[in-house]
Amino acid sequence: METTPQTESKIIELKPFADEMVVNMGPQHPSTHGVLRLELKLDGEVVREAIPHIGYLHRCFEKHSENLSYPQIIPFTDRMDYVAAMNQNWGFCLAVEKLLEADESKEFEVPERAEYLRVLICELNRIASHLLSFGTYGMDMGAFTPFLYAFRDRERLLLLFEKVCGARLTYNYIRIGGVSEIIPLEPGSIAEQNFLDEIEAFLDYFEPLIDEYNELLTKNSIFSERTTRVAVMSAEMALSYGATGPNLRGSGVDWDLRRDEPYSIYDRFDFDVPVAVDVPELGSVVGDCWSRYKIRMDEMKESIRIVRQILAEGLPGGPVMAELKAVRPPKGEIYFRSEAPRGELGFYIVSDGTPKPVRLKGRSPCFSALSALQELSQGLMVADIIAIIGSIDIVMGEVDR
Amino acid sequence: MSDFRALFASPNFNISESFLPNINLQNQLNWAEEFIQNVVIPRLPEAVASHFPVEIGTVLVMFACAGIFVGLVPLLPLVLVLAERKVSARFQNRTGPMRVGPWGTLQTLADGVKLIFKEDFIPPQGDKFLFLLAPYIIFACSFAVFAAIPFSQGILVSDFNIGIFYIMAISSVIVMGVIMAGWSSNSKWSLLGSLRSAAQIVSYEIPLGLSILTVVMLVESLSMQEIVASQSNGVFSWLIFRTPFAFIAFFIFFISSIAEVNRTPFDLPEAESEIVAGFHTEYSGMRFALFFIAEYANMFAVSAIAVTLFLGGWEGVLPGYDILGGFPGFVIKSLALVFLMMWLRWTLPRLRVDQLMNLCWKYFIPIAFFNILGTGIWGLIFPEDTLISTAISCAIIYIGLIAAYKVAGRGLAQRPAPQPS
Repeated sequence: METTPQTESKIIELKPFADEMVVNMGPQHPSTHGVLRLELKLDGEVVREAIPHIGYLHRCFEKHSENLSYPQIIPFTDRMDYVAAMNQNWGFCLAVEKLLEADESKEFEVPERAEYLRVLICELNRIASHLLSFGTYGMDMGAFTPFLYAFRDRERLLLLFEKVCGARLTYNYIRIGGVSEIIPLEPGSIAEQNFLDEIEAFLDYFEPLIDEYNELLTKNSIFSERTTRVAVMSAEMALSYGATGPNLRGSGVDWDLRRDEPYSIYDRFDFDVPVAVDVPELGSVVGDCWSRYKIRMDEMKESIRIVRQILAEGLPGGPVMAELKAVRPPKGEIYFRSEAPRGELGFYIVSDGTPKPVRLKGRSPCFSALSALQELSQGLMVADIIAIIGSIDIVMGEVDR
Repeated sequence: MSDFRALFASPNFNISESFLPNINLQNQLNWAEEFIQNVVIPRLPEAVASHFPVEIGTVLVMFACAGIFVGLVPLLPLVLVLAERKVSARFQNRTGPMRVGPWGTLQTLADGVKLIFKEDFIPPQGDKFLFLLAPYIIFACSFAVFAAIPFSQGILVSDFNIGIFYIMAISSVIVMGVIMAGWSSNSKWSLLGSLRSAAQIVSYEIPLGLSILTVVMLVESLSMQEIVASQSNGVFSWLIFRTPFAFIAFFIFFISSIAEVNRTPFDLPEAESEIVAGFHTEYSGMRFALFFIAEYANMFAVSAIAVTLFLGGWEGVLPGYDILGGFPGFVIKSLALVFLMMWLRWTLPRLRVDQLMNLCWKYFIPIAFFNILGTGIWGLIFPEDTLISTAISCAIIYIGLIAAYKVAGRGLAQRPAPQPS
């Protein structure tokens, strides 16, 4: 529709008995999590239709990547899901490493120490990402305080990330063949010990807080009234829309790439995959907003378990980078997926043997989940739209790329 | 002018009886008139003195009262805004404003100055007249409420014989300003917000009025001073403890008044995350500040009314002693309720529109009607307020609270012990 908002409003005024009001929610709306624009067709407070319009943050990531060498693309992946940038780096590096493995002449292996550091940092990043999701969801529902609690705790994690890579948001830490050595963390050094001690101190501080947040928000009766039985996404629907990660598990599908398609060293750790179940005492059914939100709260605990196992084992010694002279994958193509905090993050890379990819495609979990919004929001109220957007936890940087 | 006094005395326009029956204020007026008569007039030239109206003293005192209130009451939001920011900061592990003045105490003043100098934006396609009028209606109404609130024995503008009724009437007019603001802004978010507000305020007026009726049945008067006077025998003569029904009525009144002043968990008309800023989305500068001041003035007003109706007003805790009594006691009690409102705001999420309406129409209104019935029956059983009736009432309240804790508070007992960090 090539109509400007002004002509639209005129049309409505010309029809005084029209029962629909067209409202633009976004792109500058306080709680569309960035620059999502929703075209709402409202009948009073009831939403007849919610059409998401995306692309306000489109930065041509995929086209841009075709003109960059592989290591140069890594900082661009930071800008996809900027609240979980470590996981984005990792997803891309894993895909490139998989592509490199096809070339048998240049054998290489990611060092053990790098793998441990990757898991450690990415699980902490997952906690940071879910914390942000928890905080903003509380704010979407009108509770301001959990937001600041979440940021207080996330701040400690950001300080930890700053210690290993010098950055707080866009890390560029995980590299092809290992991790960055910009700030050296010598095996067995005092710096390494301090770093691990700080992580342990954070976990000891943070683990009981999750229960406190559950008391504050998750079990709050107003919050559960607002989110339970709202926008129920059935397992079939979640699968058909390609929803992944917490959104899929929130619909009761037991699927986690870390466990079911273990990459890196995830098969060495013992962790559970939280899957939504009916919670009758709060009125929650599988697939509603509350379930999707609760999965994230539970996943933080599992991430803590994984990190604690690494801390108990201690980081192995050795180098953190594989010996790679140049990243020049052989001719071929690869699709590799990993479990980012928001779901299945896939990278499809076509290589023609040059240092630059011919085609690169990022498979965004948020994009798939957001596509379900239109169907989920039918017949709900304006406030429920906010509840849905918050519960599918979108980051517009990743949706638009 | 000379028959001004006659106008006062005439049955058609009986200000002195219907609007100003309070003895203290009447005395002040007489004093002012005597002052004019004895001090001012002898010093005036002969030609002026013979025509000089004595009644101008009354008028001057009225203007002075109005001036004091209009001058002092805006200071209240000034303090409350800062208090809100400090309280929320403490809840959220922050310090709040710290830069302007010692501990940030002048922050609100600085914000006010900033708002005065901001551009006064008027939506070009909106209804300009209504847009300009709306903030003043809200501002004026929320301040007019203060005229009937007895801050202490002598500190009140006027003791109407229909005081509480006047407050109900005036505070309902606020919704008109809200609708005007929403309609005239020519913004869809504003319209949504104002319609939410209209639905909410109109609905919650009913349980509010019904719980006030419980008090009126007990006191048998609408006058605010008489309601306070009936609670003068210490804490157990406060209306909240007088009957178990008044106890329930207090909570209905307080929750409904939170809904009336649009605060979390009932802040749907200005729900930031849903409809941007609701009815005042398009307002800027001083007009926005008027909404803001009115909101905080309202917040104190409803707390003060709750204190007057249920928590003894300016009467103290012990009969004969001035503990928590008088003007300071009244302000402390009111601020305690304001703090409770802030506490709720920074703890709870927001309800949805249909849930809000459910709460009002399905729970509060039936309970409020039940309260009225119960109060009537209680009045039949205990026609006089005696020690026994108070004791029975307190016992029922105590048992009821324990039962409520057993039923609803089971989650509280299972809280994990806080860990040192």
